[in-house]
Amino acid sequence: MGLDVRPAPGRRRAKVPAPPPSRPTWRGRLARLDMKVSPYLLISPFYAVFLVFGAFPLGYTLWVSLHDWELASGLRQWLGLQNYRELLADEAFWNSVVNTLGMFALSTVPQLLLALLAANALNRRMRGGLLFRMGMIAPLVTSTAAVAIVFTQLYAHDYGMVNWLLGLVGVDPIDWQADRYWSWVAVSSMVDWRWTGYNALIYLAAMQAIPRDLYEAAAIDGASRRRQFWQITVPMLRPTIIFTVIISTIGGLQLFTEPVLYGSGEMNGGPVGQYQTVAMYMFEHSFRGDDYGYGAAVAWVLFLMIIVFSLLNFLFIRRMGGTR
Amino acid sequence: MTAPAPFNVRRAGRFRGLWEASPLTYLTLVIALVLSVFPIYWMLVVATRTNEIVSDVPPPVTPGTHFGENVERLFANPDAFFATGLVNSAIAASVITISTVFFASLAGFAFAKLRFRGRNALLLTIIATMMIPVQMGVIPLYLIMIKLGWNGELQSIIVPFLVTGFGVFMMRQYAASAVPDELIEAARVDGCSTFRIYWSVVLPALRPAAGVLGLFTFMQTWNEFMWPLAVLEPDNPTVQLSIKQLANAHFQDYTLMFAGTAVATLPLLVVFIVFSRQIIGGIMEGAIKA
Repeated sequence: MGLDVRPAPGRRRAKVPAPPPSRPTWRGRLARLDMKVSPYLLISPFYAVFLVFGAFPLGYTLWVSLHDWELASGLRQWLGLQNYRELLADEAFWNSVVNTLGMFALSTVPQLLLALLAANALNRRMRGGLLFRMGMIAPLVTSTAAVAIVFTQLYAHDYGMVNWLLGLVGVDPIDWQADRYWSWVAVSSMVDWRWTGYNALIYLAAMQAIPRDLYEAAAIDGASRRRQFWQITVPMLRPTIIFTVIISTIGGLQLFTEPVLYGSGEMNGGPVGQYQTVAMYMFEHSFRGDDYGYGAAVAWVLFLMIIVFSLLNFLFIRRMGGTR
Repeated sequence: MTAPAPFNVRRAGRFRGLWEASPLTYLTLVIALVLSVFPIYWMLVVATRTNEIVSDVPPPVTPGTHFGENVERLFANPDAFFATGLVNSAIAASVITISTVFFASLAGFAFAKLRFRGRNALLLTIIATMMIPVQMGVIPLYLIMIKLGWNGELQSIIVPFLVTGFGVFMMRQYAASAVPDELIEAARVDGCSTFRIYWSVVLPALRPAAGVLGLFTFMQTWNEFMWPLAVLEPDNPTVQLSIKQLANAHFQDYTLMFAGTAVATLPLLVVFIVFSRQIIGGIMEGAIKA
């Protein structure tokens, strides 16, 4: 399309008057109909898919969660809030909540801090910038399941590379499966590995938008690079940091694929559920245990958790920068 | 959307030292690079070896020569249905990518450039849908699939994801700035219908954003795990489920598993290497919510 074919719209429109309303032509009526109806036609595919497979399921989850709902027996019995009452008294559920929050913290905090450092490094003038960026974003394009398998093997107790490396510096082998906290570290490291580069690029884009005069003025005043980083870069990045924290919260609380494959594809999250997440708990009860009502209740509680934690993190980050 | 500002060379003179990468910077980046790439490299190393190396100390760090053999065993494995998995994943990811780009750009164009009643309210609902976690809907979605008789069938992992709110929103943002109103006006005056305008004026202008959306949609669909696990059966899997099946075996055959992960990852790696500039650009423009 050459831009030269573009006429000045105002003048052109003046030369072509609208057809008189008394004699609407077939063409004119069609064009008017097109203007009126087409926008709705264009957006309708999205709404069709969304209403059937997005909005309806959301409400339906609530409905199912108020029932004793089994597929094999066809049982469908109204329970009211019974599922929720049971859930709140269910130790295995709370165990999964604690696991999820623990792994969420272990995967989000280092991830975002490392991403900040990496972005700060990438923001310098250097050779091979594209290569570094490519390398750091490469984890994002690997399949989550594949990576989980690779990491699980790296963390193997007897012949895993991580324990071998630790052995080189004199550390005894760690049981990355049976020990609850170490298993969290292992699973979280997969998440960290995958998302650090992605967040680094987002921070880098935001850093490049910070006016350079700020740094130059600070340099004249004798502020060190480290000081510039904490006093200029980080405060200026606050909106971006809030964005990444919210995205990580939504993703982190739904953690599923990595811990499932860390447990060889089982839903129990280790023999004593040491790394079972809420999403796994939901899956175990519904799809494996044929208790869809209970599973749906877990799904709703998870949804509420995500909303609450997103809000808390939002307020926390905003507060933190606000004391400047 | 903020475009990344290029380094300002003119001003660099006096404050050159302020922006020059120090050796420490390079060291940080090299470590980050090694950590990022090593697990992928390790995947290839194990996939090309035999099972004896699993207990080797120190572990081998160079690729071997047994990749072909491992891939053969992979496709012959009776539990994984690996070939079926690959084909299913390829079909699902391709169909969803094409339809997402098409429907999202249609709707994005309408929201950005056409005037109609309820436009802002409808756009708000789209933004709201972006906040809803996928897992919320898995159980009822499964119940719907059973009603339709689609459980276990390939369409169950395709139809619900034909277009996403995120895609619509992304295309709207891009269309708002990339398509001049005058161009649309001109086409209208020339007697083009709305769809014709979309097809010959808007879609060509949206090509860069459509490409990025397509890439990310493909990768996301290819990697999808929970929903296929819920709705498909082991004998008609996606490639990710095939991998899970290998990991689930009583005897953990590492080279087999790693060959599986390598074959499942290679298509994405190829896409990545070919389009890395666009992917990096897409993330940096804030266009991507992966």
